[in-house]
Amino acid sequence: MAHAATTPTSRRWPRLVATLLALLFSAVALMSAAPAHAASQVGIDENDYRVSGIVRLDGDPLEGIRITVEGPGQSAEAITNAEGRWAIGVPERDTYVVTLDESTLPEGIAVVDETGEDETPNSREATVGPSGSVVANFFIGEGERATTNVGGQILDRLFLGLNFGLLLALVAIGLSLVFGTTGLSNFAHAELVAFGAIMLLVLSVFLELPLPLAILIALLLSMAMGWANDAALWKPLRRRGVGLIPMMIVSIGLSLAGRYLYQFFIGGETRQLPYATTTALNTGFYGLSVIDIASMAIAIIVLLAVAFFLLRTRLGKATRAVSDNPALAAASGIDVDRVIRIVWVMAGGLAGLGGILWAYFRPGVSWDMGFQILLLTFAAVVLGGLGTAFGALIGSIIVGLFVEMSTLVIAADMKYVGALVVLIVVLLVRPQGILGRKERIG
Amino acid sequence: MIDWIQLLGNSAQQILSPVTAAYALAALGLAIHFGYTGLLNFGQAGFMALGAYGYGISTLTFGFPWWAALLVGVGVSIIFALILGVPTLRLRADYLAIVTIAAAEIARLFFTTNTFVQYTGSANGLQGYKGSFEEVNPIPPGRYGFGPFTYNEYDWWVRIFGWGLVIIAALITWRLMKSPWGRVIKGIREDEDAVRALGKNVYFYKMQALVLGGVFGSLAGMVFVLPRAIVPSNFQPTLTFFIYAILLLGGAATVLGPIVGAIVFWVALSFFSGFVARAVEVGWLPFMSTVQAGQLQFILVGIVIMLLVIFRPQGMFGNKKELAFVK
Repeated sequence: MAHAATTPTSRRWPRLVATLLALLFSAVALMSAAPAHAASQVGIDENDYRVSGIVRLDGDPLEGIRITVEGPGQSAEAITNAEGRWAIGVPERDTYVVTLDESTLPEGIAVVDETGEDETPNSREATVGPSGSVVANFFIGEGERATTNVGGQILDRLFLGLNFGLLLALVAIGLSLVFGTTGLSNFAHAELVAFGAIMLLVLSVFLELPLPLAILIALLLSMAMGWANDAALWKPLRRRGVGLIPMMIVSIGLSLAGRYLYQFFIGGETRQLPYATTTALNTGFYGLSVIDIASMAIAIIVLLAVAFFLLRTRLGKATRAVSDNPALAAASGIDVDRVIRIVWVMAGGLAGLGGILWAYFRPGVSWDMGFQILLLTFAAVVLGGLGTAFGALIGSIIVGLFVEMSTLVIAADMKYVGALVVLIVVLLVRPQGILGRKERIG
Repeated sequence: MIDWIQLLGNSAQQILSPVTAAYALAALGLAIHFGYTGLLNFGQAGFMALGAYGYGISTLTFGFPWWAALLVGVGVSIIFALILGVPTLRLRADYLAIVTIAAAEIARLFFTTNTFVQYTGSANGLQGYKGSFEEVNPIPPGRYGFGPFTYNEYDWWVRIFGWGLVIIAALITWRLMKSPWGRVIKGIREDEDAVRALGKNVYFYKMQALVLGGVFGSLAGMVFVLPRAIVPSNFQPTLTFFIYAILLLGGAATVLGPIVGAIVFWVALSFFSGFVARAVEVGWLPFMSTVQAGQLQFILVGIVIMLLVIFRPQGMFGNKKELAFVK
């Protein structure tokens, strides 16, 4: 099969992407904004305490109003049911911030501020009392909404999207490098992503190691996992001469087994990493927390290091040579097996780091967290050009921005649809992706 | 002590179960896509979802009779196949895989979102669409059968309908694959360029195969939801992977393979999960909870997929010369 170099060849892509984005936004803008996918009772069974309430307007219940509760160990949202009721389970007897999303209220209706002093009456604190539960209700009537301006919202989403895109890039580059050097479309990459986050959960929460040490060990374990994947499974399969399509189906079996193995050990619930839900770390700068900024900084530094490795080191050149043409690379004295082994170690480490950042972004660690972004990762990789590392980077940032920006016009529970539609449209217009070469798609 | 009679009875029930029929039908569609034509369709769950929702929505929202609702489901899946096929059938196999799985997820997200809740019921799904199908049931009320296979008139009607569809689909597939059309299809799987050199329009043939397998998938979706409610989370990619497991178990390029594969798969899975659950209850597996016992079956399916592909890619009935993945 054909392999391409990672050199950017096209000057056409900015115009193309702009057209695609415009096309998609106009297609999805027709749909009105609606509450996110959530139930009226959230996390009641898993938690000991609860925050609940009823949303009524002049005594009539309001259905479909989005309520979010944030605080120690919990960040959840619920949608009021036909009786206007909602309830969210919380793990601690503590103070939680309850916010009513005013955009889900009927036209001309808002949360009324009785005191005249509160600038954001749609957000209030609720402290779980000795009874184990607390009721948080809002005064709702006709009035002006407390809204952030449109520009602020766009910038908020821009930073969120950038953050998401950067962590997606870590995941996507590993997937793309593995594809480039071995031709494998690895569906089990999702489980490498979850592996990093789950290892950090085990080390920092269950074993209570200090966070920096736990992250370091989790990353080393992720790299070891990447190596083990290759050594135990993919290398023997390459030796047997198993074709690429069977290998892809094997990766699907591995993904399925791995995902449910995680569920077997850590259970079905979502758990939080240290500091993931601490509101004290907010900087007030476009809703960014210290963790968001650290996450972006880490991602950028690691991505620069990967770029340096690929472009400036002998091993990086060898990697690109194997991507380009394994047989020719072997003939020119490159140890292809060694290169593939290093690529797998890198892919494991990058996926693990991406998984940890993803766990802070969502927030929470769960058994299927990797699978949740697998298709977005594929979308990013295909968008940038399968097998090209820098294509994966550009594709990821576009997908990240697109996913978050699209929530300005479409319902939040549809935000992944946009990115998946982009994937299909790109294949229609430019199947080799932004940086890919035409011969690859044969 | 473990109640072996009940365990065996529960497993045996899977032989006739409408779920097994639905999986067999979906696997037959996939056999046409993957086994005979070599199309790597990972969106069979999407076709099933479209069939199920096409049936449910046209019954509940538009009040269609069952046969019209069935035609709507089939029609929607044909449109879906055409939309999918146009951009991807000219591309390499792994692209088709990624696009089909993405398209199936798009369909599922559309059915799950709150935006269209009055038609789709969002995350809660749909129910109460059986009326018109129940009315045409020719079986008088009562309980029939023997041993574990004792059902009421509606359960029998669903089983007869589901397995009837499976038999018709199997006959169609068998006849088609013996026809000149089938030879072209298999030729495409073996060597697309050679078929093109013979003057055949490969793209057109692939599209026909995609549509036919998709129609089988949408019918499977309807059979799947007739005995229960439509729940969007049933149509996740895992559903497609299960169907692949069945197909690989039976043999990808065979007519009997998907059907026998579905029966063996469900009987074995039911026996395995039933046995583990009971073993946990009586304390044979003290390190495991009943919830964990439920997850073992998914781990097992994943491992079975891997082992089959590596060690017996032709499945139970397949011929090693007729492998779907030659390249």
